[in-house]
Amino acid sequence: MAILGAINPMLSLDLDGDNAWRLADYVKRGGYTALRRILEEKQTQEFVINEVKKSVLRGRGGAGFPTGLKWSFMPRSFPGDKYVVCNSDEGEPGTFKDRDILRYNPHAVIEGMAIAAFAMGASRGYNYIHGEVWDIYERFEEALDEARAAGFLGSNLLGSGFDFELFAHHGYGAYICGEETALLESIEGKKGQPRFKPPFPASFGLYGKPTTINNTETFASIPYIINLGGETYLDAGKANNGGTKLFSISGHVNRPGNYEIPLGTPFATLLDMAGGIRGGRQLKACIPGGSSSPVVPATAMMECTMDYDSISKAGSMLGSGAVIVMDETTCMVKALERLSFFYYEESCGQCTPCREGTNWLYRVVHRIETGRGRADDLDLLSSVTTNIMGRTICALGDAASMPVQSFIKHFHDEFAYHIEHKKCLVPVEVQRAGSGFFTATA
Amino acid sequence: MEIEIDGKIAQVPDGSTIMDAAQQVGAYIPHFCYHKKLSIAANCRMCLVQVEKAPKPLPACATPVTNGMKVFTHSELAVTAQKGVMEFLLINHPLDCPICDQGGECQLQDLAVGYGGSASRFQEGKRVVFHKDVGPLISMQEMARCIHCTRCVRFGQEIAGVMELGMANRNMHAEIMTFVGRSIDSELSGNMIDLCPVGALTSKPFRYSARSWELARRKSVSPHDSIGANLTVQIKNNAVMRVLPRENEEVNECWISDKERFSYEALNSPARLKRPMIRVDGTLREVEWNVALDYVTHALKDITGSHGGESLASLASPHATLEELYLLQKLTRGLGSGSIDFRPRRRDFSADGKLGGTPWLGLRLSEIKDLDAALVVGSFLRKDHPLFAQRLRQLGKKWGKVSLLSVSGDDPLINLHAQLTVSPAELPSALAKIVKAAAQLKSETVAQGLESVAPCSTSRAIAASLVEGEKGAIFLGNVAEQHPQAAQLHALASELSRLTGASCGFIGEAANSVGGHVAKATPTALNAHEMFAQPRRAYLLHGIEPELDCHDPQQALAALKQAALVVMLTPFADGACAEYADVLLPIAPYTETSGTFVNCEGRVQSFNGVVRPLGEARPGWKVLRVLGSLLAVPGFEYDSSEQVRDEVLPAGEDFVAGLGNEVTSVPCVSWSLISVPGGLQRVAEVPIYSADLLARRAAALQKTHDALPPSARICSETLQALALSDGASVRVRQGNGEVVLTAKADPTVPAGCVRVAAAHVSTAALGEMFGAINVERA
Amino acid sequence: MLTSESLKRIDREIAKYPADQKQSAVMAALAIAQEQQGWLSSEAIECVAGYLGMAPVAAYEVATFYNMYDLQPVGKYKVSVCTNLPCMLTGGVDAGEYLKNKLGIGYNETTPDGLITLKEGECMGACGDAPVMIVNNRRMCSWMNPEQIDQLLAELK
Repeated sequence: MAILGAINPMLSLDLDGDNAWRLADYVKRGGYTALRRILEEKQTQEFVINEVKKSVLRGRGGAGFPTGLKWSFMPRSFPGDKYVVCNSDEGEPGTFKDRDILRYNPHAVIEGMAIAAFAMGASRGYNYIHGEVWDIYERFEEALDEARAAGFLGSNLLGSGFDFELFAHHGYGAYICGEETALLESIEGKKGQPRFKPPFPASFGLYGKPTTINNTETFASIPYIINLGGETYLDAGKANNGGTKLFSISGHVNRPGNYEIPLGTPFATLLDMAGGIRGGRQLKACIPGGSSSPVVPATAMMECTMDYDSISKAGSMLGSGAVIVMDETTCMVKALERLSFFYYEESCGQCTPCREGTNWLYRVVHRIETGRGRADDLDLLSSVTTNIMGRTICALGDAASMPVQSFIKHFHDEFAYHIEHKKCLVPVEVQRAGSGFFTATA
Repeated sequence: MEIEIDGKIAQVPDGSTIMDAAQQVGAYIPHFCYHKKLSIAANCRMCLVQVEKAPKPLPACATPVTNGMKVFTHSELAVTAQKGVMEFLLINHPLDCPICDQGGECQLQDLAVGYGGSASRFQEGKRVVFHKDVGPLISMQEMARCIHCTRCVRFGQEIAGVMELGMANRNMHAEIMTFVGRSIDSELSGNMIDLCPVGALTSKPFRYSARSWELARRKSVSPHDSIGANLTVQIKNNAVMRVLPRENEEVNECWISDKERFSYEALNSPARLKRPMIRVDGTLREVEWNVALDYVTHALKDITGSHGGESLASLASPHATLEELYLLQKLTRGLGSGSIDFRPRRRDFSADGKLGGTPWLGLRLSEIKDLDAALVVGSFLRKDHPLFAQRLRQLGKKWGKVSLLSVSGDDPLINLHAQLTVSPAELPSALAKIVKAAAQLKSETVAQGLESVAPCSTSRAIAASLVEGEKGAIFLGNVAEQHPQAAQLHALASELSRLTGASCGFIGEAANSVGGHVAKATPTALNAHEMFAQPRRAYLLHGIEPELDCHDPQQALAALKQAALVVMLTPFADGACAEYADVLLPIAPYTETSGTFVNCEGRVQSFNGVVRPLGEARPGWKVLRVLGSLLAVPGFEYDSSEQVRDEVLPAGEDFVAGLGNEVTSVPCVSWSLISVPGGLQRVAEVPIYSADLLARRAAALQKTHDALPPSARICSETLQALALSDGASVRVRQGNGEVVLTAKADPTVPAGCVRVAAAHVSTAALGEMFGAINVERA
Repeated sequence: MLTSESLKRIDREIAKYPADQKQSAVMAALAIAQEQQGWLSSEAIECVAGYLGMAPVAAYEVATFYNMYDLQPVGKYKVSVCTNLPCMLTGGVDAGEYLKNKLGIGYNETTPDGLITLKEGECMGACGDAPVMIVNNRRMCSWMNPEQIDQLLAELK
């Protein structure tokens, strides 16, 4: 059981036993009642969208865009094909919640997508699953077969006249496909290169047809919203931050894993749930919303509550809810070097500032880390990030720049020390001990 | 929509981008990836501009205009963004401008002056990108220069219709390449050199031969196919160094085919004839012009004097200028012969004298984009007419239903509505099926002779597209014109046109396929076929190589060899002419003479010579004028080619008058339409780089895949029936001639047919382009 | 080139997409071809492209863009080690070093017996299980401490 703890859980409620992911188990937990109710009671599309709006469910993939609003952008009366697409291409360092949702509760995603398809008049959907989690992809295919056999997918669902077919599509190793238009390109059988927007997917999406893309957790929350009612769901979290959310905690904590908590829960509570910092050491910094979100130093982090607004006030983003915890043994230059390498490696290569800039950033940070930094390197880094940010086709340019800017801002002295002394403030032995590789047991 | 750009107001249609609007008000926005003919990529980011109320700079090429939008292209925000992008573009770009072929005409170099820094802040090692060999035309030797704008990739996908280049890998290691070591074979590939904003894709034949600023630019017109592409010819030291497209949206847009771009190599080839030659004691010897002219004058006078005017026949190339064609026919007629023609590849002349006007395309090239349906009959479309095919390709991508009825299943790279591939002998009956289907759809009486024709589903689909479309067109291609039942095909197409309301016309084989009619270079006695079938005593040949350019080279060669006098006006001294020519007079190719081409839509395009004639070569019209004077033919007192032209055409007209494709008293059907002969039939294309004298001698073009020596292409079922296998050496026979070729299995060839290219030295010993052919194991 | 079994699997993938969108199956088809062959040769890419009606270079773009495709032969087992930040914090880099020492090879190298190829991977979406590794693109191995790695190596013999 990898959802390690929860406060007032919904998604992770009663996910016990090896068969929790099976259709029968899901139905026992109240699964597919939301879809059944909508179709059998002949609810309207407006009703569904309104409930989602009332819930103030915000996109769980990272951008936090209100889901109900996004759904209302779809041209529902458009006569041709329309698509709903689930983004399970979870590759943002620190994020691993969708994997567990698909592993333990795949039918919630299927039901959520079917409801979304109904609300937007779509008849076909795809779930794009990260290529590296192959067992999850195979399980989802099985779950789809179960749903088809039970009449929750296919033509004329539950005799309502509504058709919805859903398929799984796997990635094969490209972080950028988590960007929604790159994901669409990828489903179309091309390189995952983001499209320039406008036009937005709601008017020109998959195969040029109106398309709505949501994160796995977003879709999985839909059945709960319909069952509970939008307002009740909102109340489970806090104002403007509806519901509960899964947080993935990784790094220097005793019990890394997924935790479902109401939005607005204090960070300190979450850290406690994860067993606190390893070896009783001190928290140094935290990346609260996946690797693309700016790093937050310990003090500021300890004052945050885990919701979109509080984290934003602390100068970062809740993002995907991936909390990377770093203790005092962490070399911030090395940490940034690894992240910068990641963004350089994963840049799709399409637009100039990102293609050229991410590599430049990495090479300068790498120089600093390997003792070849120059006095003006920090200014250079800052200038290069300014030249990338806001000038690229997609958000990867910004995602690569924000860690650089925030690491240097909050740990300027550590970077300056590296440049001046050609080594780290944190002694190498301390860094080595920090990983716990040679002392840990399974 | 109203938009303000740098304080200037522009009214633009809904759906316009900021870039469109900026071009309208004359505001220049720097860019690399944007190209008006290609899809929007928005990847270079050079065109970032400031838009009021937008927090970030936006790419002008991709941002749609909204009403009341205010744009600043040179504000601090915009310029900072543009300079930032320029820095990124330059960090990995080599500093090799001094040895780069693009130097002086490089968009990156030009814009770096305005937006680049004087020193680089990038102190890491630069990216290394391996060179690629992609064939004889395009050099990809210095791919580190590539800025990943993907114009070349998009050109392939969108204009050429074939994706040969792609951008492999990702991040800064993304690189433009073909699929593992393949060559670029598109007949439009050279345009990618023009599109490349840097020196990554360069012209292989041109490389390192001149700097762009040393070149003078001259306007010209393509002498090759019937489109009449507008050219810019670049010269240095009185030699043509390079040929580029000259934009004319109504004709060639901004493209030219590789044939037009690279054929210039022939102009400087050692095969050029520089002095007149006369056969003395069996061999051709160089002589002075006056000696040669004296010889020709006396010889022609002698022969026509003692054997009558009709003992002389004249045959010109359809690539000759209007002026040359006019003077040649005037000279020939002046000597008492009506045997003059300019259609050496035609076989069926039964429509001659029954035409209502000058045969032409039937509509303007610029109207193609507005068609709802088009049917091409008998054409190797891509290779015969690369730019015409390109226009149909764009049409097929939109709403237009493009269909192809021809004798090979070659992929035209067009999104086709329907394709019908039949043997040459079945071509008339296949077209008749479409006519019949159209008549049925329109509930009209079926033309006489078509009662027993039974339409198939494909012919019905083609007919339906023409009947349903508001604006349709039927185009007869080279195969239809060269076909032994060309008049039948013409009559059937006319009937289809009458039934459906579609226009009907000829794509035309060459630069002056329309102009030759205007110049009256058509026979009043023997036509291009008859003049060899009934051998003459004297021949005047203008700009052609009969063994390659005639419908039946065997017959032509036999006639020439028996003639008492063969006078060739030609720019080249090589080839088979030594076997039959008695006099070679060196004439100037299109770059060395003034003249006029009338393209397929009847457009009159005059041009000047761009360099002096090579050696003692002289413009063809001058040679003919002198001959006319020496032979005392009246009316040869011309001072300029313009005077000649003005005698043919009313001055100042953009299009010739009297265009029309009506054909009268050719019945739709004859017995041969219904009966298809047994035995193997020949399918003969004119390979793209064998089609004219220049292309045949262009060194780089001759190294392309399209210039590979012909083989005997046969579909596998026919191969099997002949007990032959793919790759076998076979003896191919027609009439008295035979050649040995390699058999190749080719599913695009109709059953019962053997595809053997014409116009090639290795098949010149064979006979007619159509009809019976024999194949056996060699 | 592709076995009928592979083609059958590819057909199942094609069926997921609208009839005129066969190209959508290219990622799955390339993965299937790689499974069959152990790596993706140019011939295999061309074969897939032909089967799906794409330009070969378009399929090649895809094969070179996604990093789970191997365009060079690899060992019987390809072990990809995640060294991204969350894994690095809890021993991902150390795990890689441990493997390198044990196998006597570096990243992107194959053991002389052709058994194991070592790759450095990017985030695999399982940071809670750090350090993580993937064997042959399919099998995720979690919490890879020295003892676990030894066990894995013993098993891969």
